[in-house]
Amino acid sequence: MTAIEDTALKLDPEEARRVRQERLERIGKWVLPLAIMVLAIWLWDRICVWNGIPQYILPRPGVVLQTLHDDAPLLFSSLLVTLRITFLSLLLAVIGGVGLAVLFAQSKWVEMSFFPFAIVLQVTPIVAIFPLINIYINNQTTKLLLCAWIVAFFPILSNTTLGLNSVDRNLRDLFKLNGATRWQQLRYLRLPAAMPYFLGGLKIAGGLSLIGAVVAEFVAGAQGQSSGLASRIIEAGYRLNAPRLFAALILISLTGILIFLVLSLVSHLILRRWHESALKQER
Amino acid sequence: MIQEKVAQATASGESPMLLSLRNVGKVFSNGVTALSQVDLAIREGDFLSLLGPSGCGKSTALRLIAGLSTPTSGQLDWRGSIDRSNIGFVFQEPTLLPWASVFDNVWLPLRLKGVSRAEAKPAVMEMLSRVHLTGFENAVPRELSGGMKMRVSIARAMVTKPRILLMDEPFAALDEITRFKLNNDLLELWQDERFTVVFVTHSVFESVFLSSRVVVMAARPGRVFGELAVDAPYPRDEVFRTSPDYAALCRQASDVLVNAINSTAGPHHDGH
Repeated sequence: MTAIEDTALKLDPEEARRVRQERLERIGKWVLPLAIMVLAIWLWDRICVWNGIPQYILPRPGVVLQTLHDDAPLLFSSLLVTLRITFLSLLLAVIGGVGLAVLFAQSKWVEMSFFPFAIVLQVTPIVAIFPLINIYINNQTTKLLLCAWIVAFFPILSNTTLGLNSVDRNLRDLFKLNGATRWQQLRYLRLPAAMPYFLGGLKIAGGLSLIGAVVAEFVAGAQGQSSGLASRIIEAGYRLNAPRLFAALILISLTGILIFLVLSLVSHLILRRWHESALKQER
Repeated sequence: MIQEKVAQATASGESPMLLSLRNVGKVFSNGVTALSQVDLAIREGDFLSLLGPSGCGKSTALRLIAGLSTPTSGQLDWRGSIDRSNIGFVFQEPTLLPWASVFDNVWLPLRLKGVSRAEAKPAVMEMLSRVHLTGFENAVPRELSGGMKMRVSIARAMVTKPRILLMDEPFAALDEITRFKLNNDLLELWQDERFTVVFVTHSVFESVFLSSRVVVMAARPGRVFGELAVDAPYPRDEVFRTSPDYAALCRQASDVLVNAINSTAGPHHDGH
């Protein structure tokens, strides 16, 4: 990069254009989405004003922001409840997903026997399963956790399984030649090789665990049993308190974005030295 | 002096037998006969090349020797007891752990035997200096060129001081300049350590330059077609590479190879 900039003066027009293009792209990557976002919020505000839309149908952005500020204690304590379920279920999804994947990797037979169950859990809508969970489990937290876990563990399981099985054949032979035990092969070869796949699954699962937590709260909240953000939304909906509804919604979105960014960063830090996905493009 | 002794011993066949393949055959489950009735005697200190067209079973033979595969018929007789730690293997690709440093990659075979990092360090560093990679121990494979990766791969195979080094077209993917350099360095290593090498290649020139014996194989079914003793003395260097002797030997090897290829172009060829 620096080499290109140092010699920028001596570049021919084509290369100079390329350098300019790159610089523009680097700036545009940040400025463009922000500008569009600002424009969208401004448009939202104008639509409210131009059409005289009442606040209980579509509040102006400023009102939402004000509500976010005024209702902060209520909203943030609810957010904490939701976050707790989200992170606990993500943690359980990692443990369960990786644990099952390692088990599957030990034998093709185990994988063939049990993978269908994982798929069944994945494809059945959680909303449809919840009433059953509600009957069988009394503890509120356990209920929500189980729901969020069912939604979140599958991408980790399926990605990690794929990763554990996509080890270079020659490397496998190399380990065999050196008399590696099953455990050594897992520890030094398969787990590191599966890391990029696992991290990909983790990024998906992070978002899904939040969705799982909110959906579970929704179903539970409809029965007045939850205090998470979802129940704030339901409550606000009943009371036609649209500003709070929007505020809660924004909080959930921001949380989702934050989870994604943090997991992306973790993934980048782990893979940056060796994996193609984390490398800067070189010409 | 040592070099001369090696050359003499291998050329005259005085050194003791290390491994003999007797009537070895390999048939895959899809019905392909990869190897048929292969007899091959490998002596201690040999630099033996298996030369042949693709599909002649040279890689299969190497895998049988490595114990990565078992023969359908015939047998492999090792002189004395040999376990897998006596075998070094270099694959066609460098086959390194992409997440591990150069040091950790070379350490791997020792690590799998329970040798700690500190204990392994002298051996690893020595091997790295032997393949001219001192100073690169903390680099990861993607930061290295193709030739350097191959050097790491060779260092890893040699770090356990194996009695026999099996190489499966290790330099096929490299450019010519790098390949020549690695050829020279491999020979240097071999002359110093006097291990046995079985080197699979489809390059006449490479096999003649490196080997004390060239075994030419033919395809369909994979079999030993002929053998050529390369009597030129070691050390061999760039002077040898451009000498008339070398050219004449290449010519001989090439003739055998052409015959081997023609021997396949019969009815067998249409059958597959």
